[in-house]
Amino acid sequence: MTKIDTKIPDGNLAEKWTKFKSSVSLVNPSNKRSLEIIVVGSGLAGASAAASLAELGYKVKVFCFQDSPRRAHSIAAQGGINAAKNYQNDGDSVYRLFYDTIKGGDYRAREANVHRLAEVSGSIIDQCVAQGVPFAREYGGLLSNRSFGGTQVQRTFYAAGQTGQQLLLGAYSALQRQVGMGNVDMYTRHEMLDIVTIDGKARGIIARDSVTGALERHFGHAVLLCTGGYGNVFYLSTNAMGSNVTAAWKAHKKGAFFANPCYTQIHPTCIPVSGDHQSKLTLMSESLRNDGRIWVPKKQNDTRKANEIPEDERDYYLERRYPAFGNLVPRDIASRAAKERCDAGYGVGTSKMAVYLDYAAAIIRYGKGEANKNNMHHPSDEEIQAMGKAVVKEKYGNLFDMYKQITGEDPYEIPMRIYPAVHYTMGGLWVDYNLMTSVPGLYALGEANFSDHGANRLGASALMQGLADGYFVIPYTIGAYLAAEIRTPSMSTDSEDFVAAEKAVRDRLETLINIKGSKPVDYFHKRLGKIMWDECGMARSEEGLKASIKEIQDLQKEFWSDVKIPGELNNLNPELEKAGRVADFLELGELMCIDALDRNESCGGHFRTEYQTEDGEALRDDEKYAYVAAWEYAGPSKFNLHKEELKYENIKIAQRSYK
Amino acid sequence: MEGHLNLTLKIWRQKNANTAGKFETYQVSGISTDMSFLEMIDVLNNRLIEEGDDPVAFDHDCREGICGMCSMYINGRPHGPNRGVTTCQLHMRSFQDGETITVEPWRASAFPVIKDLVVNRSSFDRIIAAGGFVSVNTGNAQDANNLPIPKDDADEAFAAAACIGCGACVAACKNASAMLFTSAKISQLALLPQGKAEASKRAQAMVAQMDEEGFGACSNTGACEAECPKGISLENIARMNREYFSATFSSK
Repeated sequence: MTKIDTKIPDGNLAEKWTKFKSSVSLVNPSNKRSLEIIVVGSGLAGASAAASLAELGYKVKVFCFQDSPRRAHSIAAQGGINAAKNYQNDGDSVYRLFYDTIKGGDYRAREANVHRLAEVSGSIIDQCVAQGVPFAREYGGLLSNRSFGGTQVQRTFYAAGQTGQQLLLGAYSALQRQVGMGNVDMYTRHEMLDIVTIDGKARGIIARDSVTGALERHFGHAVLLCTGGYGNVFYLSTNAMGSNVTAAWKAHKKGAFFANPCYTQIHPTCIPVSGDHQSKLTLMSESLRNDGRIWVPKKQNDTRKANEIPEDERDYYLERRYPAFGNLVPRDIASRAAKERCDAGYGVGTSKMAVYLDYAAAIIRYGKGEANKNNMHHPSDEEIQAMGKAVVKEKYGNLFDMYKQITGEDPYEIPMRIYPAVHYTMGGLWVDYNLMTSVPGLYALGEANFSDHGANRLGASALMQGLADGYFVIPYTIGAYLAAEIRTPSMSTDSEDFVAAEKAVRDRLETLINIKGSKPVDYFHKRLGKIMWDECGMARSEEGLKASIKEIQDLQKEFWSDVKIPGELNNLNPELEKAGRVADFLELGELMCIDALDRNESCGGHFRTEYQTEDGEALRDDEKYAYVAAWEYAGPSKFNLHKEELKYENIKIAQRSYK
Repeated sequence: MEGHLNLTLKIWRQKNANTAGKFETYQVSGISTDMSFLEMIDVLNNRLIEEGDDPVAFDHDCREGICGMCSMYINGRPHGPNRGVTTCQLHMRSFQDGETITVEPWRASAFPVIKDLVVNRSSFDRIIAAGGFVSVNTGNAQDANNLPIPKDDADEAFAAAACIGCGACVAACKNASAMLFTSAKISQLALLPQGKAEASKRAQAMVAQMDEEGFGACSNTGACEAECPKGISLENIARMNREYFSATFSSK
């Protein structure tokens, strides 16, 4: 059994990273030029890592399945990015960001990694501003901040509701600069279909050119997977249609442990499902909970329109249950509370599976504020409304527009209907302090790894982690490995290992396309998604999980005998690409249920109905489950569990309370 | 409220870049008005797969109007009939029962067709690689608030930076010009103090790359602005021209 070695440096928590940086092995500039690094994925983590490593002098190849690196799904992140700048003078600090993240993650994240994340957070904002990222500013010209869930300070930097877009375009511009300089070779419309290992080390990848269907072998002294999360295992999620687990799953099957797969984040504020045709769900940013109030009618099955329900007949259930944090409780708590109200019969809309997110009070508050600023002493209600709506438009305009386009309803006039949806996966490839997986030379960055968010991620922390990993962590930690690789020459891709890996990929593609069954890929994906949502979603139980594992195994068999993939191998074939991804989701889904079944406690986004407090909050079991579950692949439907014990030396572990 | 539509679709089918393409006609029925346009195409594709035909290839990813990947030319307009909306955000409530809808790929020699409705837009990436950045390596930055930027400048830069790189501006232009796309990035960075140091060089390099890619000259019709799903303003082109001409006149 492989021992888990986290490689966490010794010393005081606050000094670990500083000490590490000043003592880690370095690679001199001339050696960097002969070291090749493969980066898979071009989102915040991938683009920032590739640009930073190329700037240092390494030879970098970047792969993405989209037609341009700028389209990676980081682009869709809306609300913001956290950083412990304390520009607001409201008591923020590195320690507080660290503490909030550990607590928000329900005490299931690794202290040393999270502290490092908080330490580098400020530099990310500096770097992005230097690149020309147009963050929101105040009239004095300085940066503006807002609040996100699970915190009591304002540490979130933002660019309207398009923060991810602006940060990604910043990282993309840095990447394209290196492409232009010839330091990065960019491979768009390429999908990684396997990791090549030689003598136990990651030495390259097999990629398929989506346009020609050709399989390619690429060598690297190290391989970085920056391939995002696996939320699409649920079929419906806020992820992009192409977001997938394939790269991470191939790595898993080549020896990389998969950590905490059952930790998934269900985001509380998404546009509800409108029908069976639905292909994806759309997020309404958590930043909307800064100003919006969430409520349901006090009466069950109330059929009145929202605006007809008087104030005293509305239940602002988050404010009622969690007075200290109100509408800004963490996501897992807000999601469960919405589900609880809807399950109890208080839901709204035609499906009754929605709650209201109401901006009426915020519009009046902002309108009055504007009247004061403009020295209007007796503004009319209409003037207040108009000015208030203008402020809301500036802060959240693109989100309100998007809501209107999708639902056909105007959120400036009637409350939005929202419901929780799958959004992010805290689980991912297990990595050590250096972000290396259990395969030497294979790294995982950003959402693809498991490292920083424990059992629940706080809002505006994903962008922070992706960029921290890429800009400020990997450029240092990769030296620890590559310093010992300077004598390894670039390897030929004609070696037996590369040829065998390519053949395995080709055989699998041929098998898939030759099944010639009767059902399209989506049919299987939807069925998997339903099993996962019903039994491994917001509430899980021993009985349900056991049944699901069996159901998923049956579905795997059905898929491999009855899927129908049109077209050819050697042409652009989106159905073939989807089929490969769904085949991997089918295996991952099984592991997620196994992991959820193993964890006989509730923590963060993992809620086992058997383990809850009297008032319905998650009930952890720190005695038995204060560990990271790192699963090793041991053949079809066989996974061995390795435990990384979580030690809390700097934070007193406690029942999480936001009341 | 939800209704159902029966539609005739005329869709451009082209096997690959080397084969000639043509329109094929399909009927779809029972389309919910709550569906997005792409979900309507999904319905058609699943039927084509079940019938043993090749489904329509089209680019799409985020399906929330921000990644810029979707790119259909619908009834003669990029991203369809509504202003300020990408194809993925276009919903079927914008169409009438019994309507015939024509769907084509972006048409521009700098965007060659790959298959059906999928085109190659890597020319945009090369324009950015030519100069659409601030030359600052990771770790070079000073504290973010050491550089106050007037809110109006920051807001204007943001408005230009909102471009999603979808290429609708090129598709809308009778000259297939990429001026709106290129100018949006030049403007964003020229408006900010961080971008000023290399503003001249950037404008020259990006414009040169744009020309090399085979995009046409500005048609001055404003079709690009009218069809841009993100409302990128024509003022950016004026600003780019200022930057470009001042760079040309002052170049050594």
